[in-house]
Amino acid sequence: MSTPSALHGPFSEPGQQQEAARLGLWLFIANELMLFGGLFMALTVYRIIHTETTRAASEHLHLWIGGANTAVLLTSSLTMVLAVLAARAGDVRTTVRMLLATAAIGAVFLALKGWEYRLEYDEGLMPGVGPVFPLGASQELFFNFYFVSTGLHAVHLALGIGAVLFFAARLHRGRMDLPHRSTMIEGLGMYWHFVDVVWVFLYPVLYLI
Amino acid sequence: MSERTLFVFVYLVLLGLLATTIGVSYLELGPWNPVLNLSIAAAKAFLIVWFFMHLNQSAGLVRLAAFAGLVWLALLFTLGLADWLTRPDGWMS
Repeated sequence: MSTPSALHGPFSEPGQQQEAARLGLWLFIANELMLFGGLFMALTVYRIIHTETTRAASEHLHLWIGGANTAVLLTSSLTMVLAVLAARAGDVRTTVRMLLATAAIGAVFLALKGWEYRLEYDEGLMPGVGPVFPLGASQELFFNFYFVSTGLHAVHLALGIGAVLFFAARLHRGRMDLPHRSTMIEGLGMYWHFVDVVWVFLYPVLYLI
Repeated sequence: MSERTLFVFVYLVLLGLLATTIGVSYLELGPWNPVLNLSIAAAKAFLIVWFFMHLNQSAGLVRLAAFAGLVWLALLFTLGLADWLTRPDGWMS
């Protein structure tokens, strides 16, 4: 486990290095939490001011597409964590397979999300573009929030897919040594799971309440 | 239980919680709907963070750093809601 090739300065032992990597990732995630937290705060205030109209607007969302997408993302988190297990065991083949599965399942999420946006566009629910918005002004504001928050989430997921494919390609070409560099797969996984957690909250807040 | 089995088990619990939250949203529980749905979301987030993000295997300092993010989020919501939840009825009109 503790081979010299795994260790980089200024660390004196692999455990310390792994801890530092996790600490750095958590700092980054706390930063992201503030970004999404501001959006959630705004939506909460909006629900306090316009309780009834927001609920009415929320009922126009496609609950089952969102629910299916939650299951899709949870599944991708499972394959991601299995990739980390394989990476720790030094099994490059399984790691690459699990990473590819994660990226593919992430792409399924984006495809479903795109289909959902398309349906909303056709129904005129996309403020500013397409058919005239059929509901009131405060409902339009809810849909602005919906598109901004899910859009920002989708961008995060798309970046995640890119990163997962990048690591899969490096592993496939033998540019990354496992299990010595498994901490990098772990960090990648932490980002992926964070994006999953954001959706876990976006789903009830936008669709269910 | 091997780690692999544990992860699959956590995943199945997460799917169960998802089914529960969708079921709850079809019940008319008034103010309890958001309470239940957000509690379920918090439970799912905890499972993901604790097991999938390896917080269960992380050192105390790392757990503290993860918790610090939550503290800042709590500040944002506490101070923000202290204003919005304490305004008198009809302040807008």
